[in-house]
Amino acid sequence: MLIGGIAVITRKNPVHSALALIVTLLAQASLYLMLYAPFVAGVQIILYAGGIMVLFLFVIMLVSIERSMKERQFNSQWVVGIIAATALGGLFIAVYFKGKNVFPEGVPAMLEGDNTQRVASLLYGQYMFAFEIASLLLLVAIIGAVVMAKKRI
Amino acid sequence: MHEIIQYISSYLTSDKTPGAAGNMFWALVYIMLVFLGLSVAVIAMNWLERKILAHMQVRLGPMRVGPHGLLQPIADAIKLLLKEDIMPAEADGFVFWMAPLIVVLAAFTVFVVVPFGPTHAVTDMNIGILFMLGVSSLSVLGIVMAGWASNSHYPLIGALRSSAQMVSYEVAMGLAVVSAILMTSLNAEGTGTLSMIGIVQAQQAQGEWFIFKFFPLGLIAFFIFAVAMVAETNRAPFDLAEAESELTAGFHTEYSGFRWSLFFLAEYSAMIAVSSIAVTLWLGGWLRPFPNWLHGSPWDQIFSLFPGVTFLFFAAICFYNAARMPKHPLFRVQTVGLAGFGVVLGLIGLALFVPAVSARVQDIFWFSAKVAGFMYLYIWYRGTFPRYRFDQLMKMGWKVLLPMGLGVLILTAGVALLQQNIWHP
Repeated sequence: MLIGGIAVITRKNPVHSALALIVTLLAQASLYLMLYAPFVAGVQIILYAGGIMVLFLFVIMLVSIERSMKERQFNSQWVVGIIAATALGGLFIAVYFKGKNVFPEGVPAMLEGDNTQRVASLLYGQYMFAFEIASLLLLVAIIGAVVMAKKRI
Repeated sequence: MHEIIQYISSYLTSDKTPGAAGNMFWALVYIMLVFLGLSVAVIAMNWLERKILAHMQVRLGPMRVGPHGLLQPIADAIKLLLKEDIMPAEADGFVFWMAPLIVVLAAFTVFVVVPFGPTHAVTDMNIGILFMLGVSSLSVLGIVMAGWASNSHYPLIGALRSSAQMVSYEVAMGLAVVSAILMTSLNAEGTGTLSMIGIVQAQQAQGEWFIFKFFPLGLIAFFIFAVAMVAETNRAPFDLAEAESELTAGFHTEYSGFRWSLFFLAEYSAMIAVSSIAVTLWLGGWLRPFPNWLHGSPWDQIFSLFPGVTFLFFAAICFYNAARMPKHPLFRVQTVGLAGFGVVLGLIGLALFVPAVSARVQDIFWFSAKVAGFMYLYIWYRGTFPRYRFDQLMKMGWKVLLPMGLGVLILTAGVALLQQNIWHP
């Protein structure tokens, strides 16, 4: 996953970057699997690796690659980036060494067997309202995209 | 020696899949068996497609290599393996090399969860159907990569067409699948399942294949899936990604030899994979036909004879054609070969009459027979339907199948709710 992530930002060819991003997303799906969350892993593969990245590749391929290959890679925010990355890394290391009390260890109680059913009952039971709001947000985004894309409706 | 036999027989009578039993060795054996069976199926499909298409067009088809061209696929495979492997000079080497691998991996990995029987699957996942759809959608990536890496016009246009088609038909396909999964939740607890084995067991428990459930809702969902799956595998009449008259061969124009044969293998095993999704979701998977109308012990006995009878029938066809071979000495090898093939098929058929064997493999037989029916449909479509134009294809996907899928989903949910709450409170 780390290799994929680094490759995303270092490759000059945008198509190679997108492919590295796919590797990263698949590695993330396998992390979910190791956390006994097969449903989330499956959705990750279907949505991100299968759906969204195909659209990414689509757009990148239609853009002329020769021109973007010649462009110099620039990044004027590298100072901020490095500071943020160090802060995040430091946080991770601190949690790893001192976080035993904050995040108690132990095997999760949720079993692999009925993971999907549990996710469903949580989404449509306890968190129904948040779920519906998220879907409404997506609807607004779709309508916005249609309005912007079409001159005459 | 005795222990080995005991170990094997203990497995042969087990009632779990190797994945559920946590048995790595048997899982490996199953993976090898599935891989072998799939390769044989692809080879057989290759021969059958050429032969059936030829007969539909009043031709003979392959006749030269072996009796009735039976050895033609083997000759083809040898030719492909011996061909020079050409990579265009301007191609993107790594991506060009990766693309067929991704397509083949995606096409073969899905067979991990395909349930050939209650115990005949490599493993049974909680997210089975989701896994199948997700991994098979990864093959789009391979196609896009192949088209882009070839660095040529035809492949690029072919890849764009085929990925646009696959992405848009995936939506309708997903809706049809969801409406079938909704039907699995019509039990006492009210929870459904995504596991492939669980879906078939739900059909068994409800005593109805989902294609007949809430008639005609199940049938419409099945129809949507059946259309979307042809589009999803880029087969005729939706094969404009490889429309010969416009794009030579679509995304694999620049591929030759072994890499091309990988694409070929992937296409056919993807066809088998989507057909087995359809069989699992709507046609009762490994269950034998008419479990309700014709139940009871005499019918069970009669249906358990079917696998053996089928193989004996094939053997009889072989013998009949061996007898019809020209009596010229040059044809003696072919005649003997065909008769030998018939003997092998007949022996398999006889072995299937042994009650222990037939009880164990009957489910595999019914599953494969249903999938084979779908394979014949694929060939039939190719022989009869003219190719769609691209805008017609998109209109069909987004304006016909998608609203139909949404409507079926909502109606199914409504009828299911009524059934749970009002008819059986």
